[in-house]
Amino acid sequence: MKFSETWLREWVDPPVHRDELLEQLTMAGLEVDGVVPVSGAFSGVVVARVASVESHPDADKLAVCQVEDGEGSVQVVCGAPNVRAGLVTAFARVGAMLPGDFKIKKAKLRGVESRGMLCSAAELGLGDDHDGILELGEGAAVGADLRETLKLDDVSVDVDLTPNRGDCLSLRGLAREVGVLNNSAVSYPEIAPVTAVVEDVFPVTLEAPEGCPRYLGRVIRGIDTNGDSPAWLKERLRRCGLRSIDPVVDVTNYVMLELGQPMHAFDLRQLQQGIVVRMATSGEKLTLLDGKEVALDEDTLLITDAGGPVAIAGVMGGERSGVQPDTVDVFLECAFFAPLAVSGTARRYGLHTDASHRYERGVDSALQHQAMERATRLLLDIVGGEAGPVTETVDPEKLPVRATVRLRENRLNQLVGAPMSTSDVDEALKRLDFRLLDRDVTERDGVCWTIEAPSHRFDIEREADLVEEVVRIYGYNRVPARRPVTDLALRAVPLGQSAEADLKHFLASQGLQEAVTYSFVDPKLQDLLDPGTRSVALANPMSSEQSVMRTNMLAGLVGALQLNMSRQQERVRLFEVGLCFQPAADTDSVGEAGDRSVVRQQPLLAIVLSGASVPEGWNQGRDDVDFFDIKGLMDQVFDWAGLVDVSYVSRRDDVMHPGQAATVLLAGRPVGRLGRLHPEVETRLDVPRPIYFLEVEAGAVLRRGTRKYQAFSRYPSVRRDLALVVDEQVTAAEIERVVRETLGSVLTDFRVFDVYHGKGIDSNEKSLAVGLTLQDPSATLNEDQIAGYTEDVLAALQRGVNARLR
Amino acid sequence: MSTELERILDDAQAAVSAAEDERALDAVRVHYLGKKGQLTALLKNLGKLSPEERPQAGAAINAAKEHVQGWLASRKTALAAGQLEAALSADRVDVTLPGRRQTVGGLYPVTSVLLRIEAIFAGAGYDVVTGPEIEDDYHNFEALNIPAHHPARAMHDTFYFGDGTLLRTHTSPSQVHVMEQQAPPIRVICPGRVYRRDSDLTHSPMFQQVEGLVVDKGVSFADLKGTVIEFLQTFFERDLEVRFRPSYFPFTEPSAEVDVQCVHCLGNGCRVCSQTGWLEVMGCGLVHPRVLEMSGIDSEGYSGFAFGMGGDRLAMLLYEVDDLRLFYENDLRFLRQFN
Ligand SMILES: [Zn+2]
Repeated sequence: MKFSETWLREWVDPPVHRDELLEQLTMAGLEVDGVVPVSGAFSGVVVARVASVESHPDADKLAVCQVEDGEGSVQVVCGAPNVRAGLVTAFARVGAMLPGDFKIKKAKLRGVESRGMLCSAAELGLGDDHDGILELGEGAAVGADLRETLKLDDVSVDVDLTPNRGDCLSLRGLAREVGVLNNSAVSYPEIAPVTAVVEDVFPVTLEAPEGCPRYLGRVIRGIDTNGDSPAWLKERLRRCGLRSIDPVVDVTNYVMLELGQPMHAFDLRQLQQGIVVRMATSGEKLTLLDGKEVALDEDTLLITDAGGPVAIAGVMGGERSGVQPDTVDVFLECAFFAPLAVSGTARRYGLHTDASHRYERGVDSALQHQAMERATRLLLDIVGGEAGPVTETVDPEKLPVRATVRLRENRLNQLVGAPMSTSDVDEALKRLDFRLLDRDVTERDGVCWTIEAPSHRFDIEREADLVEEVVRIYGYNRVPARRPVTDLALRAVPLGQSAEADLKHFLASQGLQEAVTYSFVDPKLQDLLDPGTRSVALANPMSSEQSVMRTNMLAGLVGALQLNMSRQQERVRLFEVGLCFQPAADTDSVGEAGDRSVVRQQPLLAIVLSGASVPEGWNQGRDDVDFFDIKGLMDQVFDWAGLVDVSYVSRRDDVMHPGQAATVLLAGRPVGRLGRLHPEVETRLDVPRPIYFLEVEAGAVLRRGTRKYQAFSRYPSVRRDLALVVDEQVTAAEIERVVRETLGSVLTDFRVFDVYHGKGIDSNEKSLAVGLTLQDPSATLNEDQIAGYTEDVLAALQRGVNARLR
Repeated sequence: MSTELERILDDAQAAVSAAEDERALDAVRVHYLGKKGQLTALLKNLGKLSPEERPQAGAAINAAKEHVQGWLASRKTALAAGQLEAALSADRVDVTLPGRRQTVGGLYPVTSVLLRIEAIFAGAGYDVVTGPEIEDDYHNFEALNIPAHHPARAMHDTFYFGDGTLLRTHTSPSQVHVMEQQAPPIRVICPGRVYRRDSDLTHSPMFQQVEGLVVDKGVSFADLKGTVIEFLQTFFERDLEVRFRPSYFPFTEPSAEVDVQCVHCLGNGCRVCSQTGWLEVMGCGLVHPRVLEMSGIDSEGYSGFAFGMGGDRLAMLLYEVDDLRLFYENDLRFLRQFN
């Protein structure tokens, strides 16, 4: 809501200067968002009267004017189309400073001397009208300073009002609030009823009284809408952020700004039979004032006549019945529409208007008569005409009921956290215009105030609302601050669970940088990285690049990797923990965390690696990452978690390299995957180097393995290394399984320390060097025992995987 | 005799000093103290002296032997030390060359800020609660006293899925889940991603929020103020001024916006605070009794407060980041600065 300070001070003028007044508003919850001077900075400009106009001898478009500026007559050359004898306008004398530090000097224009300049609104920073010089009207005193005449030492203040303060969407409401804050009297304008001089009325029927319980109408005959609105009216509108449209619209807008009551004027000639306020029926259409045709839905409250809809109630009028330059008779509407009848409608049709903004937040239901009289008076003054009587159609049952609310002293003190003096409460309630119905004292509750809220405070419904109002007037910043005391239970610290933060710290220690990428991604990229999976699409995305929820973590992380590579960051190691979203039909479980949605929202951990395996250095290799870097990270994470029952099997995956992809199993259950992106996918992503990634259920790695002490042997261990030759297809895991099964608990460590292909080994075979560490819990192993174990292992390996010693 | 002994001693001392290694030193020892050594020979010749002269001469020769033995021992120690030094100096490295290492990564700056907030509140017994990001209308709006058609919905530019579900616009639904599942006293912190349909220089369609909720007997506005002020001063490690402005959130009443004295200029006015000296950092209020009631909590017996703030905004203030968009690019040169 934009308003002019000067106008506000006509209503209420507390003894505080501008900065303090604006600070008061902000601190009362009416946040001042902007303050703009109503004119440019200028000086030396006075009101002057053009005495005579003669044409310039050498220029068709210029006129030579004699201007009376209160001190004498001055010759000025002017090119404005509206300059004419008798015009009272703005005159910048020689020596005047105009906005932009433009100094007025004596000049010759096409050989004719000019001593000063007649100014347009735009030249003075009074809006953007530069079609002609200002027209001030006969009333302005010639010679007077223009800044004083137009009260230009004024600012347009923009207050950002929260949705509960619909009562402040007018000068009247703002003035009331400023009066409350300063305990200053507000001078409400005297609005006298306009006596009807014609008898014409137009019938009104309320068929949807829940939406429209009160509808005032008035016929005004014989208006002349050809003139312009008077300068004062246009200027007030401008200072409150509205443009002048035509005199009738300007008047209804003015009343809306002044009192907070939106109004509408129909061309009476275009209305048929009578007004019916009703809900739309399906299939109805309406062409609006802005020329757009909308199809109306059944939840829309309409103003109609025998010819169909003429307006969407409280939102916008229709084209057919709008006031035109040739309109002679108008029908003025001044109604109370219930917030629920208007809210939603504006949004559904994408029509946010000043009227709907106010109706949605609530208009004072007792305001309609005043507004009607005010608008009538202004119209008669500006466009002439003869007013008929005001007709009121009302369903009193459906009008808002003024809430009766009880405020208990003890409850108030408990909620505030400090004892409030009852006189402070009395004072606040009085200033806020709450009508005190009862004030009694009970032992349990202390003083109890029972009040009735004024009609403009439709937000007051229950005790909490009064608590807020009382504390607001008392001052939030006067309430003491204290530490809440509570009855605290000790925190559960589950043994079987790691904190996500600890996991992130661990990953960071492994050289990984945490990223946070958007949860919604480009469906094209998602389809490339998760082909065939259905994703959850937003109904109203910001853009197609952010229109579906991610089904896995790849799109975001690969995007971050691409961005970094394009910015010369060649070694990228990123991780992210976050939710991924799959339609329930694609999964076997529904929803986590007890939500009712049908989408599975699962937290995943993902890592992407690209570039050098270790940072380049004088003593470190320059190899790029490979499969075993990403697998090593997965192993590290499981080791960190203390989870041992982990295995990997090779995997077929559309987006992964067919020879470098594995499924990660925890206790035999698949919990993730790791490996390299398919080289074709890498090519389509246009990344210059291979991308390795892992993706695993966060819940799986946040489980913590149980720790139980196990006695360890105090006898020496021995190690035996075996160089085995096996078929190329035999996996390390198979060899390890045979060794473990054969040796049982005497084997304390198994490792593969070399894998060899090439000279001396058949091309369909490979050599694996394994190291076995043997230890007996209760004795030192002797050579015979060791040899026995070794033979057993070799025999088992021969049987199991057809291995032989190299 | 004594002159000869002195000469031998002088020679021996010179020979010990001249010996450059253990072998040479041993040759010196043999030359003077060996079976055929010069001092040994002198002892053998004692018999030629008169019985009166013998004791004195014998003592002098023995003293000389001890001298030589002492020189030999100290020279031996010195030689050994020199040898070790020579050997170690061959192992000398350039201590300025970099060590062998993997890089160290780090946490996303907003994560660090959220963890910092969680840690601060953990000290006062707040539990951390997270929740789903796709929510139903009830938990995101209705249960928070924002019915359909409420003008406050316009403040939340919401992403919808068209089936009644939506991307949560704030972390408040987590509070609702907690109140539905847990009886007071409640003290929780709810961090997480939230989504609003808004994208420009100062808005991202996804950002991170953290909210706090306390429900207990006798919870007051003074408690809320104390908590918020102490938190902000702890978070920024400064005794910053904090002010409360009346505001409006459908789920709290009274509601307040919280401004903290600008952390950059300490209230003098700068670009960060748009010359006002204040930074708007959070919204808060007493939980609306209707919100308590809808989640099955007796609003007469209990009251509560809630507060919410933007993780990204606090990270910007703490780390002096001047462009929100940097948080969503994941440029390593940005991310690494907070490791
Ligand atoms: Zn500042």
